[in-house]
Amino acid sequence: MTDRPDAPSALGQRAGKIDGPPKVTGAAVFADDLRLPRMLIGKILRSPHAHARIARIDVSRARALPGVHAVITGEDLPERYGVIPVSQDETALKIGKVRMVGDEVAAVAAVDEDTALAALALIEVDYEPLPEILTVEDALTRSDVLIHEDAKNGNVTKRVFQRYGNVDEGFAEADVIVEDEYLYEASTHVPLETHCAVGHYTPDGKLTVWSSTQIPHYLHRYLARVLGIDAARVRVIKPEVGAGYGGKSDPFPLEFCAAELSRRTGRPVKIAYTREEVFYAHRGRHQFKMWLKMGVKKSGEITAIDYKCWLDGGAYSSFGVVTSYYAGVFMTLPYTLPRYRFEAIRVFTNKPPAGPKRGHGAIQPRFALELHIDKAAAALGIDPVDLRRRNCVEPGTETVNGLRITSVALKECLDAVTKASGYHEKRGRLGPNRGIGLAASTYMCGANHSIYASEGPHSTVQMKLDRSGQVAIFSGTADIGQGSVEMLGRIAAEVLGISTRDMRVVEGDTDLTPVDLGSYSSRVTFMAGNAVLQAARRCRDQLAGPVAAKLGCAPADLVFRDHRIWPGDHPEWKDDPAHSLSFRQGVEVAEAATGQGIGAMGSYRPPRIGSRFRQTSVGPSPAYSFTAQVAEVTVDPETGEISIDRIWAAHDCGKAINPQVVEGQVEGCVYMGVGEALLEEHVFRGALYQSPSILEYKIPTSLDTPPIEVLLVESHDPEGPFGAKEAGEGPQLSTVPAIANAVWDATGVWMNETPFLPERVLKALEAKRKAEAKGRTAAVAPAPRGSGSGT
Amino acid sequence: MRQILRLTVNGEAAESLVAPHQSLADFLREDLGLTGTKHGCDLGDCGACTVLVDGEPRLSCITLALECEGREVTTIEGVARDGRVHPVQEAFDRCVAAQCGYCTPGLVLSCVALLRDNPSPSEAQIRAGLSGNICRCTGYTKIMDAVREAAVELAGQAPSPAEGSRRD
Repeated sequence: MTDRPDAPSALGQRAGKIDGPPKVTGAAVFADDLRLPRMLIGKILRSPHAHARIARIDVSRARALPGVHAVITGEDLPERYGVIPVSQDETALKIGKVRMVGDEVAAVAAVDEDTALAALALIEVDYEPLPEILTVEDALTRSDVLIHEDAKNGNVTKRVFQRYGNVDEGFAEADVIVEDEYLYEASTHVPLETHCAVGHYTPDGKLTVWSSTQIPHYLHRYLARVLGIDAARVRVIKPEVGAGYGGKSDPFPLEFCAAELSRRTGRPVKIAYTREEVFYAHRGRHQFKMWLKMGVKKSGEITAIDYKCWLDGGAYSSFGVVTSYYAGVFMTLPYTLPRYRFEAIRVFTNKPPAGPKRGHGAIQPRFALELHIDKAAAALGIDPVDLRRRNCVEPGTETVNGLRITSVALKECLDAVTKASGYHEKRGRLGPNRGIGLAASTYMCGANHSIYASEGPHSTVQMKLDRSGQVAIFSGTADIGQGSVEMLGRIAAEVLGISTRDMRVVEGDTDLTPVDLGSYSSRVTFMAGNAVLQAARRCRDQLAGPVAAKLGCAPADLVFRDHRIWPGDHPEWKDDPAHSLSFRQGVEVAEAATGQGIGAMGSYRPPRIGSRFRQTSVGPSPAYSFTAQVAEVTVDPETGEISIDRIWAAHDCGKAINPQVVEGQVEGCVYMGVGEALLEEHVFRGALYQSPSILEYKIPTSLDTPPIEVLLVESHDPEGPFGAKEAGEGPQLSTVPAIANAVWDATGVWMNETPFLPERVLKALEAKRKAEAKGRTAAVAPAPRGSGSGT
Repeated sequence: MRQILRLTVNGEAAESLVAPHQSLADFLREDLGLTGTKHGCDLGDCGACTVLVDGEPRLSCITLALECEGREVTTIEGVARDGRVHPVQEAFDRCVAAQCGYCTPGLVLSCVALLRDNPSPSEAQIRAGLSGNICRCTGYTKIMDAVREAAVELAGQAPSPAEGSRRD
């Protein structure tokens, strides 16, 4: 029994998505919309100090306040956790010391929010301030100040050093060496829904936590451990989530506190972060300082890359160990690289912890490399697109650091995007202060290894059919707006030949749904998509035998489409009740013939690849997506303001399961890239966060967002579900460097630091004018030798 | 001290005792259970809490409930009438203009008001009309599509009561 590519397909149709109606009518239920009987409201007391010992905490006055039902402090939840098993350095409430402004110190549960806030004000805490570490340089040099006293390497969370081949030989072979420094500023996610959790511990010893999480499965494990409750008695439910972009991928203190406060009071407890608290919860993009050296031959062949970066990690590890690997492993893509040396150092500082944000760890080096490619092209007098095409990685190859490459449609993306934008016609010809720039990128489709060591499947989907004709899909995935519910339904619809709107997708409920590792590393379409594909095919096979017997044909000849089942070699029988069945009848026939219910599990485990180099156990993925983008900009030389006129994005998504959803992911990526290029910075005045509100932290509104044109390119990955690959993160990687390269075309200055604020642009223009006045080539950043900077 | 508030919400009379500092958003969500109105920032920065007060878009998180005495409030739950969703909602659904859906109720209400005041807005007018509603998922592209489609759809219809009446 095979899928019939000749029959009309559910894939590719532009007809909305399964979970559209509840979202447009206000019926969708998010965590903060839950109101359980007798529910209490919880609040968390936070540190006003960046680094201090907690000398004394007295909660007696808070406990005595009428309406307060429980108050807890660090010793009440002492078990350590951290999303990555090798870096367990958090507790729900801090014990003994605080490491950042906003660190959690105590939590209360009260009858309402006003009472909870009044109780917080009655908690007495004596702090003894400690010296603060606020920069990477201080973290590396101040060995007298330790943020984590028991850390193995002082204030260094992780150092990664990798070497493939001899880079010095590579530089000796090169005709041009491009060398520069880059700064990619920290930024944060700003999902419109703030984090919210409801804990409910019931007298049967069971705990249910509803949470706005991207990782119900990992949260389930950590709740069991921190609360000391058997995992079999813990249930995590992910309601609708008002987006995450990586910002809800860690377990957070509010989840543990809501659970513990419920256990102590016997009543449900809700905690919702304020917007300001979300800015401190952070786990956003790391600030990267980068040093990059690349050798290129006259032919355009890249001979070697030497690359070093410092990551400002903030007070806790979060995903930082993994970020330190992602900081380098994808530099070997999408351009073939024969020799590569890479060092990343991630340090602790007394600031909110950085973690995973869309394009996790890969955005920052991509920015540096794509500017570098354009600088090399300028130095060599080669067209930047040609330089990229010449080095483009080929399908069926392996990178120098052992990444297995299957499908690649980068050249097609470059063709599509240059044609649509008129890149070659416009470049250098748009007139003063207008320019066009291009960048390309790549990203993973899920990690080959789960966060904790396990040989189990990464995704399992259960499917149930019954005589009503309804199909229910149970999956542990976490739709956070990216469209995983629609993806699951659409794939099942394609196999079973029914409409997605007749399906029910039950998602992210650890009591009801089989394990899926969660929404991170762009894994869901590839992994859960393959799992639901297998489940749907198994269910179809259960129908096919009995239905074929009834219709008098071979099971392999049956076609499932438009809610009908018929022998494929007789298209005229499709709607003829004598020779075909409705889908619902088909289920009835199969149930009657077998005396069994119809249902199946499907699972996905990545192929066992990526072990040739032990150190790249972070980075291998079953497939990679590819993107090429072009930005057209206008720079105001008086104000330094950059306006983006339009962005074209061509993305190799493998196969668009639902093209509207895929386009939406690409558009959202470009949007977020525009914010990071022009506006967004998660920066501090001393230890205090500079802009803890949506007014102060500048994110693009509809007026700041350029028109975005998406071009989907389908490479049909051999292992993706119907050939599909990721689309939710990779497309963001090219946006910022495409804008920077456009600014160079417009003005002749390289913006080596993000965001490209007007003052930075003016400074760069001024430096160029001064350099030109002195009669030599402008160089915005230090460029020791042979650099393409400013040429 | 709590005071009596009487107003009309989604066409129905409502009466409640509210604290003077209670926001309209809290009143709608907590007292009336109309949870389609979202808290995004509670500072008037994001637009997720947008509702119509006497037909005009208002940020319910920085509007006091008591300011709405005697007024008519329309929330996302009141946009659909007579069992049929509003053309703006239909267009948002059809165009996949909602990704996570958290900003969607506020955006739908802003769009309803925008298209009532300007039935055939230009691209720039749409962008300006939505600039008080932050969407962090979509890049506004599919939202723009939805507004254009809804404008065409509405052009062929008489105004429905859902758009509310403006009281000047």
